[in-house]
Amino acid sequence: MHRFANPARFLRIANAVAPWSAGLTVILLIAGVYLSLFGSPPDYQQGETVRIMYIHVPAAWMSLFVYSNMAIAAAVGLVWKHPLADLFAKAAAPIGAGFTAVCLITGSLWGAPMWGTWWVWDARLTSVLILFFLYLGYMALVNAFDDPERGMRSGNILLLVGAVNVPIIKFSVDWWNTLHQPSSVVKMGGPAVDPAMLIPLLVMGAAFTTYFISVALVRLKAEIIGRKIQTLRMSEAQG
Amino acid sequence: MAEFFAMGGYAAYIWPAWGVGALVLAGLLVASLRSLKSREATLKALEESRPRRRRRRDTVSATSNAATEGGEG
Repeated sequence: MHRFANPARFLRIANAVAPWSAGLTVILLIAGVYLSLFGSPPDYQQGETVRIMYIHVPAAWMSLFVYSNMAIAAAVGLVWKHPLADLFAKAAAPIGAGFTAVCLITGSLWGAPMWGTWWVWDARLTSVLILFFLYLGYMALVNAFDDPERGMRSGNILLLVGAVNVPIIKFSVDWWNTLHQPSSVVKMGGPAVDPAMLIPLLVMGAAFTTYFISVALVRLKAEIIGRKIQTLRMSEAQG
Repeated sequence: MAEFFAMGGYAAYIWPAWGVGALVLAGLLVASLRSLKSREATLKALEESRPRRRRRRDTVSATSNAATEGGEG
């Protein structure tokens, strides 16, 4: 297992991947923003406000995608003591929290003109708010211990317990009555969104994914260096 | 152009939504790069203050890193 947990090897791979994912992010973002703002029609019911969707929906996808990845990393970290898995979860958390915040705020800005309210305490909105607090709680917890190992373990357990929230968010629009529309892209029988809107949506989704990979690599690198600094300081203190 | 920015009367909702998205993504990127830069500088300073250690680390860096990480767990 140590062969794959080797941070030096990981850093070599990360340095090779980083420029490609960064370049892809720039290209996809330019294409996505152009298609979302200029290259797509207004909605027949919601008018121009549909342009909020191209930020809101990919951010919502990412909030769940990042959390799911962190939960998997938490399991790997707990079971196999994989040091990079722990560090990955820690590195990804602020990005996931950022996407969740964007999802909540843009959703609110979309709800105000279309639903006539900024917020409702229904299942979808409440469960996403809980997801946001799970991110914040995890970030606070891993930093709350003097011993980073204990912080990581507590954080990993929180991530695994909080993972029950992921399917709840996904199916909340089907299980409970809500103002929020049901899933229209990932559904049986194919997407119910016109290609003119589906394509910009998917391009933005891809851009957010490569953005996540790029920034997560930077943060993971910083975490590995942080660990090295800690080890050096510790051995220095011990003489 | 003005018509584009008016967004069919929904400018007050659409532009803040895009603004928040841009702000959060750009902010996270800048903060992450800065933190990496500062840690790299700290590590460099630490290693330079202990040249003996550094030479030993360089020659066996890959294996010793894996060993110490595994030993902690």
